[in-house]
Amino acid sequence: MREPNIYGSDTLDAELAPQFAPATSDLPPWGKTTVVGAAVPRIDGHDRVGGTAIYTRDIALPGMLHCAIVHSPHAHAMVKRIDTTAAKAMPGVHAIITCDSPEAKIPWILTNQGAFSQLLDPHCRYEGEEVAAIAAETPLQAADAARMIVVEYDVLPMVVNYEVATKPDAPKLHAVGNQPSPARTSQRGDVEAAFAKADAVVERTFHTSCEMHVPLEVHGSVAQWDSGKLEVWDSTQGVYAVRDSLALALKLPLSSVRVSSHFMGGGFGGKLELGKYTVFAAVLARMTGRAVKCVLTREDTLRSVGNRPANTISIKAAARKDGTLLALDATLLGASGAYPTGATSSYMLLDLYTCANVRAVESSVLINAGQARAFRAPGYPQAAWALEQVMDELAGKLGMDPVEFRLKNIPVVSQLRSGQPYTSTGLADCLRDGAEKFGWAAARKRPANKGHVKRGIGIAAGMWGSPGGPTATVILKLYADGSANVNSGAADIGTGTKTIFAQVVAEELGVPVERVSVENADTGTTQYAPSSGGSQTVLVTTPAVRSAAADVKTPLLALAAEELKIDVDKLTIRDGNIEIAGDTKKVPFSALRSLAQRQQLVGVGRRAPHPVGKVGLPFAAHFAEVEVNTRTGEVRVVRYVAAQDSGRVMNALTFENQVLGGVTMGIGFGLTEQRVLDRQTGKLASGSWHDYKIPTAMDFPVDFQCVPIDLQDKECNSVGAKGLGEPATIPAAAAIANAVCNAIGARIYDAPITPASIVNALASKGGK
Amino acid sequence: MSDRGNKGPCGPQKHVNRRGFLTTISTSAAAAVVVGAATPVAAEAAPRDATEPTPIVLYVNGRKYRLAVEPRETLISVLRERLGLTGSKPGCERGECGACTVLLDGSTRYSCMTLAVEAQDHIITTIEGLANGEELSDVQQAFIHEDGYQCGFCTPGQVMAAEGLLRKNPKPSIDEVRLGMSGNLCRCGAYGHIFKAVQQAASTRQSGGAK
Ligand code: FES
Ligand code: FES
Repeated sequence: MREPNIYGSDTLDAELAPQFAPATSDLPPWGKTTVVGAAVPRIDGHDRVGGTAIYTRDIALPGMLHCAIVHSPHAHAMVKRIDTTAAKAMPGVHAIITCDSPEAKIPWILTNQGAFSQLLDPHCRYEGEEVAAIAAETPLQAADAARMIVVEYDVLPMVVNYEVATKPDAPKLHAVGNQPSPARTSQRGDVEAAFAKADAVVERTFHTSCEMHVPLEVHGSVAQWDSGKLEVWDSTQGVYAVRDSLALALKLPLSSVRVSSHFMGGGFGGKLELGKYTVFAAVLARMTGRAVKCVLTREDTLRSVGNRPANTISIKAAARKDGTLLALDATLLGASGAYPTGATSSYMLLDLYTCANVRAVESSVLINAGQARAFRAPGYPQAAWALEQVMDELAGKLGMDPVEFRLKNIPVVSQLRSGQPYTSTGLADCLRDGAEKFGWAAARKRPANKGHVKRGIGIAAGMWGSPGGPTATVILKLYADGSANVNSGAADIGTGTKTIFAQVVAEELGVPVERVSVENADTGTTQYAPSSGGSQTVLVTTPAVRSAAADVKTPLLALAAEELKIDVDKLTIRDGNIEIAGDTKKVPFSALRSLAQRQQLVGVGRRAPHPVGKVGLPFAAHFAEVEVNTRTGEVRVVRYVAAQDSGRVMNALTFENQVLGGVTMGIGFGLTEQRVLDRQTGKLASGSWHDYKIPTAMDFPVDFQCVPIDLQDKECNSVGAKGLGEPATIPAAAAIANAVCNAIGARIYDAPITPASIVNALASKGGK
Repeated sequence: MSDRGNKGPCGPQKHVNRRGFLTTISTSAAAAVVVGAATPVAAEAAPRDATEPTPIVLYVNGRKYRLAVEPRETLISVLRERLGLTGSKPGCERGECGACTVLLDGSTRYSCMTLAVEAQDHIITTIEGLANGEELSDVQQAFIHEDGYQCGFCTPGQVMAAEGLLRKNPKPSIDEVRLGMSGNLCRCGAYGHIFKAVQQAASTRQSGGAK
């Protein structure tokens, strides 16, 4: 529903003025922790490996109907006529909605320029756009009936090449034209003057392909009404975001919509917003008085629920002989798809390195393809692909080691945030420690191997520009037996959120992790938390968990003081016990009669505001070694070191897991993943995992090392952690591209690097 | 002793490099709904006999089930929709991801590429059949211990693939683990931890622990 506008740097940290001063905003930073940071296995591991975890896909309610969706087979067309007569007569069919139904008019793609579409829009702007939905007794009956719906279309001229779409004579998707928002320029210093003083200049143009999220669990929802109230199970990263948009779409009070997502099978940014499938389920459930399940097909997920938009990025960069980066001048163009959304991010270009003179001009353009959505660090891997290759070329021109060149330009303040200092900057440590663990210096000196399989090494750095959202509330219940329950609306999208919450409670109260349960991701029963996206869950919500734990300590000590008849100042809480100063006796929580009488103590925790005048952001440096077969063009990543500064490591196991997952995704972006749209018809040619290749077990390097840089950031928030999910993927593809260049002595500017592009690069270089 | 061959009447489709595997599939049984024809063509609707309920007997996790299924129904759909065994996950329903992996007579098998009628007379084991009550199998425990998952949606399939691999090859080398697991996609990209989990389970089993 909402236009996901999280690309622009100026919208990344829309901090609200704090409306209250949380009592615990001044929790002192932890020193050494024992449970937080340890390799604690997940508290919900049993469900995940046992097959007992219930995902949205698994929900079955009594009398539940199944939905099938009818899509436009054309990239650009106007529906002339829909005939549902035959479909209605099919066995098991209960309800059908089409572009002609009143429900079809629900406004869709809401922007500050108005709604760009509606729930079922007769104007179909990409192949796969929805024109009808059916509810039937079984999934097969719904699919059978969907096939019987007759739709006549007027086929319109279409454009899927985004560079062509910017031309004045290109087919138009909307009355406002293909570029509804003007280009945006960000700059500081004097770029032209700086180029005049440069010792080395590099100017290059890069293309990155459109990448698809394709989480293993397809998008889907189950909806059920009960006396005017709507209950929805959705595979989502943000139950509150979906609830808000759904209430708006159906004109319901927020209190009448409940959305939950206890287990969800991956999102990567593609499940941050309300999907049409959710509204179909809700509308069909209202029409039939039955629960309705609507799940997409795998092919749908490759067409209609988001992507990382293709980018064209041109950069001209200049440096002085001593390695000072002098100027960066960039233009970025991104393909939004059929509806407006920012499709580029210049944040990293403008802030990763100290550079006095920069300019970035960004624009997005509409094409007849599915709309882009936030995708794990929106715009950043594309920017890293361009920037980090240009940095390598500049280092080459200056005769400098690429690591040294980057170290020469480390920022100590955020230039984009008017010179605010960072609470911690681990970029230099990432570069140094990563290089050491990788054996960078020695590997650089290695002579080139003689055979047709060439080895090469590469490095790339990155950062993530968001310190997280403004607010989260957590409720903690301490029960009479000393066990505890954490209540937070945050979704655990596979990052280990629930486990980290339990660790924080265990750390604060000394309760064993096994005695902490977590209730989450349900707008009906759990407290507000921002969506799990933008690498913000740990840094926004765990401080609130810590604050809630602190909030039960005060009443607990008061109870203990009264019961034990000891001055409250003499009591402390450690390891699940009340300890008395000057006394070796320890009183376990469970021995407190007054706690037993009350049954539970409830603590409320809120996140303190961001530090004033400073910003805490994560950094990374990745080192890759590749083997390139110069006969076949095949590239294999054989060794990898990922150094990450994300502040405190909350859980050693899940931290490493995020990093290797981010790198795996980067391997796909750099080497195999590519949405292909047929230029003649605009249809998707890569509509399956056979044609759209994500990394498999064969693609992940066994020789992999994650190097956490734990800087003890005492200021970013009360747990000292910065984001991890996004920075773990940002530099990966660029590091591989630099390694490929090092291996074959020719640079490839377009992602992904395919066997064909290797062979072409070698051919134009004139030899092997 | 190869763990890659297509053996038996149902031809295990796993332990084949996923990319090589392309060549072994010629049709897609559970194709996505694609609509677009201006007029419904009778032949486009499912042929009548594909929907005619057919009695079958399935042996799943040591139990015998008598059911009437449509011949076009896949094993995964029958396991999930009729038997309530939702542990096997549909990731693609066309033989691309392995999330639906079960054991058929002890060999890994994509249950989305198997018709329920084909699975008659075979011993089927799903993720729900690996544990002994609440006590998890060695492979399941190893996945928890090594954090061999993130979102967990591919995990039941990964665990079944690992179980199938270890039954055929109790001491896989790391390259055999990679190859053996390459029919199971993990978009969260937890492969590094999955390899460790498989190796740990192998060594537990070698040293006589569990199963
Ligand atoms: S669901 Fe069977 S292989 Fe994907
Ligand atoms: S754990 Fe999410 S897809 Fe494998």
